[in-house]
Amino acid sequence: MAASLVSSTDLIRFLPEIILTVMGTAMMVLDPLINKRDSKFFGNFAIAALIAGIAGAIYAFSNPGTAFGGMLVVDGFATFFRVVVMSVGILTVLPSFSFLARQDAETSEYHALLLFSIAGQCLMAAANDLIMVFIGLEISSIASYVLAGYLRDDKRSNEAALKYFLLGSFATAFFLYGVAIVYGVTGTVNLTGVRDAISGQDQAPVIFLGLAAALMFVGLGFKVSAAPFQIWAPDVYQGAPSPVSGFLSTGPKAAAFAVFLRIFLTAFGPISAAWQPLMGVAALASMTIGNFAALLQTNVKRLLAYSSIAHAGYVLVALTARSEIGTAAAMFYLAGYTFVNVGAFAVISQLSGKGEKFQNVEDLAGLGKKQPLTAALFTIYLLSLIGVPLTAGFFGKFYIFKAALDTHQPAMVWLTVLGLLNSAVGAYYYLRILVMMYMHEPGEAASSVKPLTPSMRLALLLPAAGTLFLGIFPSWLLEFASRSAALVK
Amino acid sequence: MNLLTVVLLLPLAGFLIAMAIPRSSPQASRNFGMALALIIFVASLGLLLWFDRGVAGEQFTVDLPWISTPEIHFHIGVDGISLWLILLSTFLTPICMLVSWRTVQDRVKEFFAFMLLLEFGLVGVFIAQDLFLFYVFWEVSLVPMYFLIGIWGHDRRIYAAVKFFLYTMAGSMLMLVAIIYLYNKTGTFSYPVLLDKLASGQLMFTSQEQILLFLAFFIAFAIKVPLFPLHTWLPDAHVEAPTAGSIMLASVMLKMGTYGILHFCLPLFPVAAHRCASWIAVLAIIGILYGALVAMVQPNMKKLVAYSSVSHLGFVVLGIFSFTQIGFDGAVYQMLNHGISTGALFLLVGFLYERRHSLEISDYGGVASVAPWLSTAFLITTLASIGLPVLNNFVGEFLVLQGTTMANFSWTVWAALGSIFAACYMLWLYQRVFYGETSDEVRHHMPDMKLREWAAIVPLILMMVWMGVYSQSFLQPVSKTTARVLDQTRLNVPIRVEIQKGHAVVLEAHNGR
Repeated sequence: MAASLVSSTDLIRFLPEIILTVMGTAMMVLDPLINKRDSKFFGNFAIAALIAGIAGAIYAFSNPGTAFGGMLVVDGFATFFRVVVMSVGILTVLPSFSFLARQDAETSEYHALLLFSIAGQCLMAAANDLIMVFIGLEISSIASYVLAGYLRDDKRSNEAALKYFLLGSFATAFFLYGVAIVYGVTGTVNLTGVRDAISGQDQAPVIFLGLAAALMFVGLGFKVSAAPFQIWAPDVYQGAPSPVSGFLSTGPKAAAFAVFLRIFLTAFGPISAAWQPLMGVAALASMTIGNFAALLQTNVKRLLAYSSIAHAGYVLVALTARSEIGTAAAMFYLAGYTFVNVGAFAVISQLSGKGEKFQNVEDLAGLGKKQPLTAALFTIYLLSLIGVPLTAGFFGKFYIFKAALDTHQPAMVWLTVLGLLNSAVGAYYYLRILVMMYMHEPGEAASSVKPLTPSMRLALLLPAAGTLFLGIFPSWLLEFASRSAALVK
Repeated sequence: MNLLTVVLLLPLAGFLIAMAIPRSSPQASRNFGMALALIIFVASLGLLLWFDRGVAGEQFTVDLPWISTPEIHFHIGVDGISLWLILLSTFLTPICMLVSWRTVQDRVKEFFAFMLLLEFGLVGVFIAQDLFLFYVFWEVSLVPMYFLIGIWGHDRRIYAAVKFFLYTMAGSMLMLVAIIYLYNKTGTFSYPVLLDKLASGQLMFTSQEQILLFLAFFIAFAIKVPLFPLHTWLPDAHVEAPTAGSIMLASVMLKMGTYGILHFCLPLFPVAAHRCASWIAVLAIIGILYGALVAMVQPNMKKLVAYSSVSHLGFVVLGIFSFTQIGFDGAVYQMLNHGISTGALFLLVGFLYERRHSLEISDYGGVASVAPWLSTAFLITTLASIGLPVLNNFVGEFLVLQGTTMANFSWTVWAALGSIFAACYMLWLYQRVFYGETSDEVRHHMPDMKLREWAAIVPLILMMVWMGVYSQSFLQPVSKTTARVLDQTRLNVPIRVEIQKGHAVVLEAHNGR
């Protein structure tokens, strides 16, 4: 009986999560055995684990299908997001080497927690069952709460962790209420099952389902920092260690969007006309609040936090389009956005110095003179965030708004126009950073910036190369995303 | 890989190489940038040589698939209008490098690299035959200019650079919506295909669609032109930019807007264009008069030249919206003339600034007695700018006014008033700067022109004379293309009913010729 419950195919489809969990646990076991002076060991170990995880995800995809009785599904969509979150992991570990060394905080648990959090996100990406989504969400979140407060002696880091934890638990509770209602109405928690149950009924209890959708929207909206559930983001991103902020603003977000797309397009697909206006309002509110609040920020990390709220708004526009091309556009956008944003936080890790002293926009003054490579790469990220052509950010926006116009709904035309005008507003605060780096004389921060270590150099080069590559040759990724998006129905 | 592709891609390759030149040897950056700019110019002369003047359509076309979803092509080609605009860009880039040879001492490598990137964007804008590709170049040209103003500009450079970027960005976002909308409607970004569909009636717009799409494109272009009241970014950007930036901005970048109106707005949305024509003409005339009047009271030389640009570009827009062959020809010719003469004005103002380190007119006076050659060059340029016969602007303004007369005589009256104002503010500027008492500061800081400066200004003056005396060598390919544009604006038969009677008669009369 037990043998038939879990087949080897199931395990193969679960490979990335297994690899990450085993390697993370192994790291904690190895901790006392490793010479403390060999500070790079755990970082390298984590990178090896993540590369193995990516290989595992691709191998799992060679034989796509469901696992564990329909609890998990390995398809192009899941594989896409698994690879994205694990790549984000690699890009988080790379700048962490020199960052942790500078803060005298090199330990194994930092990397182990990162692996656990990513394992949870992989699970979210592949979940085909609301309970699995919840478990993935919790694994990912609990590890990231701890990561946010990783710098124990730093007051702001503690505050960030506490805030993130309290609000995050509330949000997850909301999500769980939603799951409970869905189960009560449809008698199943399997996403396709829910879909079948809703479309099978002549008169779907839209009120209860709408309530469930709204509750889940609260939970997931929190995770992706969409308005009106965005308040936590600036404080948490500001207080958390810079590489962790980069991670929080991308990895969990991408995974939460994967869940978002799956739940709302698969399970709640039949009642999409009911939730579409809600989604549209949230999209517009996120873009507007994010962009306008970012105009006023003086702290780069807070600025990037508000910018990430605005970017969540753009992805929600794709969701509002509720079409395959919308899903594909959201996937492309998230891929482009995550790498660039991790890169931007890596620049802050490079610059901020011991105790994260320098994290204001003014502190970037003259970086273009003192460290031209860092400034040039940061410029590429910012141009991608603005959405200048030949970067991934531009194509992401282009695909999203094209999907929105494809719906031929007048309201979506307005959402598109307002969204694009929003991104013109957004250009202003990104330009402020460029202005600081290139058009002001070097200040204390730029003058005291340490030379780039090889790992930091790699951490900065990879996202820039990625965004330019996707900006010039976007089709292959978009085609993969389109093929995978067809499955999310 | 034809010659056009080479002309387009050489600047990009040059940008990448220039970025790789070590910072420690600025002279290497200068030499490399200059050599490459000259090679590109020679290559673009090849385009002129092999351009078939008897053909109205695009030549040197390259059409390669670039992105498959949505279908975007690397589709480029030159017609009789863009040929000259490319040449203008490749001609002015080495001149700009020459004037920046010594004045730019800070971050030399980046400066020359950005000049090349700018050239890439500008050439690309004028040859893109795919709407998406056009948008890409449109935005790409924005970035180097932003840095040129922001890094090497004067005191308020940051404000000016950010304002410039945001204005253009806001406009181009509307254009992007329109481009996507067109794609969703037709399934193609290819401009020739769109025109074919329009011509064959496969593609029809409702009148509401026409107006909204027209405005989305037009506002983006009008900001760039700049058309009154969207011009407020221009005085800031021109004044704060370094000399090379001002020249490229005034001479070439503003033409992106007028080229866009003529090349895209009119053929794609003829009904809307005709409908809005009188409103736009009024704005253009306000721009002509307002620009001239404001120029007259400027205490700052660069600002004066900047406002004169608003006035001159008003003529171009007016010529376009006269919907006559002569008006179109005049508008295109005026684009080139303005590129040459205003470029030369910014260059000479730059020379004065290098000597006296001031842009205030009141700091000068009596320059003619200490620097006669500089004064002569300035005088020729001034005369060209105010439209003296035998010099270039005369031909353009004359054609524009002739075309406007055929469309609406009262427009001509008002616009001609602008020409008179131009003489006032330019001659008054000349009088205050070059005649009168020579102060000690001027006497001691005003050496006459150096060899490098001669090398920069002489080609421009030669062009002024050539374009003024033998305009036919330029206008012939232009007319071929403008005739086609005019034809395209007449494609939708119902429009003729909608235009005012007098206007339609003009069109018919012209058609019969």
